[in-house]
Amino acid sequence: MITLKNIDIFYGRIHAVKRVSLHVDPGEIVALIGGNGAGKTTLLCAISGLIRPARGEILHKGESIARRSPDKIVRSGLSHVPEGRLVFKPLSVEDNLLLGAYGRFSLKARRQIKNDLAEVYAMFPVLKQRRGQCAGTLSGGEQQMLAIGRALMARPGILLLDEPSMGLAPNITREIFRHIVMLRDRFGLTVLLVEQNAKSALRVADRGYVLETGRIILQGPADELLANKDVQRAYLGRDVDL
Amino acid sequence: MYWQPEYECIGRQRLEQIQLERLQSTLNRVSRNVPFYRKKFEDLDIDPYDLGCLEDVRRLPFTTKDDLRDNYPYGLFAVPLREVVRLQATSGTTGKPIVVGYTRSDINKWSDLVARVLVAGGVTKDDVVQIAHNYGLFTGGFGFHYGAERIGASVIPSSGGNPRRQVTIMQDYKTTALVSTPSYALYLADVMDEMGVSPNALNLKYGLFGGETWSEAMRQEIQQRLNIMATDDYGISEVMGPGISGECAQRRGLHVNEDHFLVEIVDPETLAPRPLGEPGEMVITTLAKEAFPLIRYRTGDLTRLIDEPCACGRTSRRMDRVLGRSDDMLIIQGINVFPSQIEALLLDVEGVEPHYQIVVEREAALDKATVLVEAPQALFTDRIREAQQTIQALKKKLDTELGISFEVKLVEGKSLERSQGKAVRVVDKRTF
Repeated sequence: MITLKNIDIFYGRIHAVKRVSLHVDPGEIVALIGGNGAGKTTLLCAISGLIRPARGEILHKGESIARRSPDKIVRSGLSHVPEGRLVFKPLSVEDNLLLGAYGRFSLKARRQIKNDLAEVYAMFPVLKQRRGQCAGTLSGGEQQMLAIGRALMARPGILLLDEPSMGLAPNITREIFRHIVMLRDRFGLTVLLVEQNAKSALRVADRGYVLETGRIILQGPADELLANKDVQRAYLGRDVDL
Repeated sequence: MYWQPEYECIGRQRLEQIQLERLQSTLNRVSRNVPFYRKKFEDLDIDPYDLGCLEDVRRLPFTTKDDLRDNYPYGLFAVPLREVVRLQATSGTTGKPIVVGYTRSDINKWSDLVARVLVAGGVTKDDVVQIAHNYGLFTGGFGFHYGAERIGASVIPSSGGNPRRQVTIMQDYKTTALVSTPSYALYLADVMDEMGVSPNALNLKYGLFGGETWSEAMRQEIQQRLNIMATDDYGISEVMGPGISGECAQRRGLHVNEDHFLVEIVDPETLAPRPLGEPGEMVITTLAKEAFPLIRYRTGDLTRLIDEPCACGRTSRRMDRVLGRSDDMLIIQGINVFPSQIEALLLDVEGVEPHYQIVVEREAALDKATVLVEAPQALFTDRIREAQQTIQALKKKLDTELGISFEVKLVEGKSLERSQGKAVRVVDKRTF
């Protein structure tokens, strides 16, 4: 679905991402974990076209997208749920969702968009309850659902999720992750998930990559990474001897 | 039948992506965690992060058996010892063995890789697998044991030795698959003849043989005499043990588990890469090992890669049966030994001169090794008892240090053949 080969990204003279290669197969949930400043968000932004990598190849459905503009990338079926959700706070919940379908809006598509809206409401009933409310008045968990719903309105085949659990209470986090699994199981969506909350992410993921200071130092099936002592020490906050 | 078809039948392009990802993360880990590699990369001014494609691996330095020996025991481990759940060892060049470690996840992957080899050789969960490799520091026994258990087969850890008991077990436990060295399988066939046991009365169907060089003729003989399908498997302890490659029912070369091992063939003299399909020394880079990763390890085994589709459906490249060694290592009774090791042991014993010859032959399908040592004339005429003691001491020493039972013969000074002033150290009369 997505294949990255030897991606190098610079911020000025800082080498933020170094020779990263990874792939996500259709129907997979892949977690990208790592500490603060490891380059996770940078990498997601490079995939969705918000940052240009200095070198390397990004393939989406076999086509190179490294030089494509972000809007074209969204239209080709790749949606990005940004870190911190970034909902349009003064706009209503429903307008936020409709903006997600902006890229494919046309008179003909109106009915389809309406159906999709109903589907998002069915998945997140709380958004329907608050459809007329300003997005800024929602709780953090609800805003996260809104951000995911907005991304779904573009009818993507693959979803890039950046820190969906950030700032959320554990029980809300669990619910968000349950929804992520459901998106894959019920709608066949492919998910690339960036998380600092490594434990929750690896529990729902099929595979994972561990990013450290811009480099991938470990990769493998999620259960293997969960059991890896290096990962436990660094990201799961568990001491090995316990 | 496949064990992990998602990897065994993977397309070349996808495979190369996975190999690249794993190679990059392996290099990141070794240059961070293994001082030996970090120093080596720095000395040669190589930036391991600057590796863009699989061919770039050729810019990296080789790892040799001497490197492993110099870093004995734990110098090349990439994880702290408390994360290692298993240690195995193999013989080194001058007495020092090589210690290899495995994390829990390494053991897990190892089991799956051996399971692939077993399944390719015909084994299913309904089989009764008799593992007649030595259990112990040698990787053969435990490697196959975990793989067979992973499949869900019934495993008999009969280990090596006591051939009559092996045959009895085969009869009584209704063994369907035998895992051993090929020479041991032929030896068992002889023992069956002696015991009056007909192979047709047994339940044996498959034989998975490895650990030493063997030939197509030997395969035919084993298949005929034991009435089984005999497949070849390959593994070396330094890299992991069994599970590196194994034959499928086509029996035309060993499928390499390429998602875990990056295999190159180089010229043993110039170390330059050989064109695909040409014979040379096999060099292996591990792609997913945690505890004991190796970068471009020179195996010393001569073979070639076969890059043709196989009728079994596996897409991996195959390696030809091992054609020989690029160094002077001998494999006697399934144990690796260098002449220099034997020399070092001989020199430790008093009254023995540093002139010796190792003669290896096949007797009743088993290796028989004899060491001829030159001794002072006096020992033969006046001090026969002393000569006997020397022989016994030598035998015991060779057996305890190397694990190989040698015959020892004392010969008169200067009686051993010398070519151009240099003694012929090894006479290998075995035909493969």
